Amino acid sequence: MENRKVISALVENKPGVLARVSGMFSGRGFNIDSLSVAPTMDPEFSRMTIISHGNEAIFEQILKQLRKLINVSKVQDLTRGDYVDRELVLVRVKAASAKRAEALRIVEIFRARIVDVAQDNLTIEVTGSQGKIEAILELLSSLSILEVIRTGTVAIPRGRKGSKSGDSGD
Amino acid sequence: MKISGAQILLRSLKAENVDTIFGYPGGAVIDIFDTLFREFSQDFRFILVRHEQAAVHAADGYARATGRPGICLVTSGPGGTNTVTGLATAYMDSIPVIVFTGQVPTPLIGNDAFQEADIVGITRPCTKHNYLVARTEDLASTIKEAFFISTTGRPGPILIDLPKDVVQKKAKFEYPDKIEIPTYKPNVKAHIPSVKRAAELIRQAERPVIYAGGGVITSGAHEELYKLASMLNFPVTMTLMGLGCFPAIHPLFLGMLGMHGTYRANMAIDNTDLLLAVGARFDDRVTGRVEEFARHAKIIHIDIDPTSIQKNILVEVPIVCDARDGLSRLIEELKTKRRSAKADEKLKDWHSQLTAWRNEQRLRFDRTSEVIKPQFVIEKLYELTAGKAIVATEVGQNQMWAAQYYLFDNPRTFLSSGGLGTMGYGFPAAIGAQVAYPDKVVIDVAGDGSIQMNIQELATVVQYKLPVKIAILNNGYLGMVRQWQEHFYDQVYAYTDITVAPDFVKLAEAYGAVGLRATKSSEVENVIKKSLQIKGPVVIDFVVDREEGVYPMVPAGAPIKEMILV
Repeated sequence: MENRKVISALVENKPGVLARVSGMFSGRGFNIDSLSVAPTMDPEFSRMTIISHGNEAIFEQILKQLRKLINVSKVQDLTRGDYVDRELVLVRVKAASAKRAEALRIVEIFRARIVDVAQDNLTIEVTGSQGKIEAILELLSSLSILEVIRTGTVAIPRGRKGSKSGDSGD
Repeated sequence: MKISGAQILLRSLKAENVDTIFGYPGGAVIDIFDTLFREFSQDFRFILVRHEQAAVHAADGYARATGRPGICLVTSGPGGTNTVTGLATAYMDSIPVIVFTGQVPTPLIGNDAFQEADIVGITRPCTKHNYLVARTEDLASTIKEAFFISTTGRPGPILIDLPKDVVQKKAKFEYPDKIEIPTYKPNVKAHIPSVKRAAELIRQAERPVIYAGGGVITSGAHEELYKLASMLNFPVTMTLMGLGCFPAIHPLFLGMLGMHGTYRANMAIDNTDLLLAVGARFDDRVTGRVEEFARHAKIIHIDIDPTSIQKNILVEVPIVCDARDGLSRLIEELKTKRRSAKADEKLKDWHSQLTAWRNEQRLRFDRTSEVIKPQFVIEKLYELTAGKAIVATEVGQNQMWAAQYYLFDNPRTFLSSGGLGTMGYGFPAAIGAQVAYPDKVVIDVAGDGSIQMNIQELATVVQYKLPVKIAILNNGYLGMVRQWQEHFYDQVYAYTDITVAPDFVKLAEAYGAVGLRATKSSEVENVIKKSLQIKGPVVIDFVVDREEGVYPMVPAGAPIKEMILV
């Protein structure tokens, strides 16, 4: 994917704010690869992590247009610095008894977890960066994947010495 | 003491010094209209339009003419959806308009109730911000916030949706003095190091051009612009939205630039080495092919909206600030250290080049024609109003001729839908301006197509005795589209012939207005004089040359130096 971008936006936790953000993206023809949102420690605000791609000029517009929205408080381009990103994925794979051992081995290697077991399938929970998720999905596909549910990426800048990385509302 | 939501609304508007409301009643807002009529009729002038779209355009025209926000009150459902074009028009041109819509009672929202529409959802992309007021207690602070957001930063329209029960319920009224919106802090002050860099480029410039837009009018920076241009002796060109922010009769004025800009302005852009853009956004109708726009120039861009900067054109020195602040700081900076004699010597050559371009290709039309030339009508309007009228336009050829041939010397005297290009805008906008300035001459320059898009407002001007003059340049075509068809579609005039039209003189009379007609050039002057003597609204049907075009004309997507000339 060309220039994957990770945007972290602090927005007011009010009705319609998600629609304003997603509407801005669709109305201006910007891409959203994933978007996740949940309230911060301060319930007045929510944190959005938006994964997008595009060239630098488009990306600059995305950041500016986001900042222009009245309900948006702070917008950070995490790809400018170091950051940690994670995604949680639930994968259901076909696993009749002959294949179970292989499934369990993959789960162990990736430090994933089995969260549900049925007669002929397993549900696996895996958390990780984009690279790790892609890797485990590729391996599991040999067992035939029945369904994949992804949360989309969340991300946080890496903490620097002496800096606060809390949810300040500035 | 507790008062009703309707009373809170109207007392809040009083606190914001609103004197005029444009609107149309309906079921969801019947309480507000009742309160307005019974208790506040001395406080506000209410203008009952005949279509909600016209209410928003009228509020927009009022705002453009006065600089104060225009206020609109309409009902739910279709009342709201009819405001969408007006909101989008105001949004594109950064005009402070506040629209109050009725909404079904909160328990019914989402039930597909009678006259229900999700107007907040519908208007999200064409307002600067919008609100659904959920509680009567929130009403006053929401209105305060709306006025603040609408009129500051890059201004724009706001919609406030008022459920019927919120308007009926009572709450304590306290209008906040100040409002603090932590997530909304527009930057108005110029960044000084950037101003210094800009000043240095200005000192070195040999072939400079100032390119001014609507932002100069919005921020009231016309005097600063005048000061800067005259102190530097820099030529000035303007966008459609900028017209009036620098005197058109001034020798430094190059005329409008862009698709229908003057030959001189467009050639200047193509050859300039320094472009100072102020309150303009490099719209595609201005730039033509962006890669070739001002290709030899370093560009300084002053704009209050960060999203306007580096959007269409890459610039050397961006300055995000209010145009007035940016220009006055530039003036201070350039006063302390002036341009070199050498640079000013080069500037002289540049001025002779600009004069040569003007003499090469002036705006022109056949002055000997007996058939009325539309440009001739505009010239006569200019002459007979001594350039003092407020001119609203519709969209298309009429708009471009008005822009080219009426010389605007003052800001807020040219009202035109620049960004959205809304046919049907001009007449209601003229109503808004006339309400604000009952004693000024207000003219709507119209085409026979556009005028029919809000013709019902003739009833409004008759009812309120608003002496708006409507000058219809009647060519029986949707003329601008016909002109494109002439040049780019093999003269196949697909669906642009609108000769089946009402008799505009009889139509005016049917509404109780005066209708006049001119069919020959020799009649134009008398008809205009006569219309100006009439105290009420007048429709003038100028039967003009059917196939006259607007020139110069830059084909869409071509570089602006490639002009089709007369």
